[in-house]
Amino acid sequence: MIGLGQYLFVAGVLFTLGILGIFLNRKNVIVLLMCVELMLLAVNINLVAFSIFQGNVVGQVFAMLVLTVAAAEAAIGLAILVVYFRNRGTIEVEDIDALKG
Amino acid sequence: MLLQAIAFYVFAFVVMASAAMVVVSRNPVYSVLFLILAFFNAAALMLLIGAEFIAMILIIVYVGAVAVLFLFVVMMLDINVTRLREGFLKYLPVGALIGIVLFCEIMLGLGVFGSGTATLGELGKAAPQVVAITNTRAIGQVLYTQYFYLFQVAGLVLLVAMIGAIVLTLRRRPGVRRQRISEQLYRPKEQAITVVKVPTGGGVS
Repeated sequence: MIGLGQYLFVAGVLFTLGILGIFLNRKNVIVLLMCVELMLLAVNINLVAFSIFQGNVVGQVFAMLVLTVAAAEAAIGLAILVVYFRNRGTIEVEDIDALKG
Repeated sequence: MLLQAIAFYVFAFVVMASAAMVVVSRNPVYSVLFLILAFFNAAALMLLIGAEFIAMILIIVYVGAVAVLFLFVVMMLDINVTRLREGFLKYLPVGALIGIVLFCEIMLGLGVFGSGTATLGELGKAAPQVVAITNTRAIGQVLYTQYFYLFQVAGLVLLVAMIGAIVLTLRRRPGVRRQRISEQLYRPKEQAITVVKVPTGGGVS
């Protein structure tokens, strides 16, 4: 029988993979953004699973808000990426050190 | 019920496997394609428990907009794929360590949650499902009434994102000849034509 625990497990694995991808891909900003999308997907699965198994529809409303923010984040992030590539000719994370952080 | 369980495990396995492939894939184009696969299967997971509206929105927004945007950018930027993989092994130990620790913490949290020692109210127990109305209708009934401001703020976020993306990527390139209709229309008659006296048999030089 499929319960809440299985869905939370899948979401946890997805979130961990997103974190892992952020740590492993130090060269490619695009894959970094994809990992952020994976983490947001995990959050969405969590919200929807809790919403369904509790019988409360509000979680799905918030999942829609997360979806909106994810789309906006992808658009802005990729726009910044395109401008950065146009100026510097590279998208390696290690080269992005203009702020000396 | 058995069929649902089998479907869940298939979809869950494909979601996790394709998410792993997004991370370790050598080519960014393959990463995007595996991301699309993960989104599709996550939508199927949500369909299985009856969240049809969110599942369809997930496919439309993620696959239709976000993933295609990623695909465009990956193919537009001329990136060196082999150079991008350098340092993958260098960061593997610390990344794996952090990943394992985080995973153990999440699973520990799930175990505590499941054992009932730390429950938030009546979570986890499947509440009686209201099957009288559809999922889409139930969302609409709260989204357009109780959460109307949230709905509008979501629209505002999208508007700001759209304007921001346009402003960021717009550039004026010098030296490009393009038609300026307003200048053409506002050009006075004196600049446009000249009247020349043509002598008979002489022609115009």
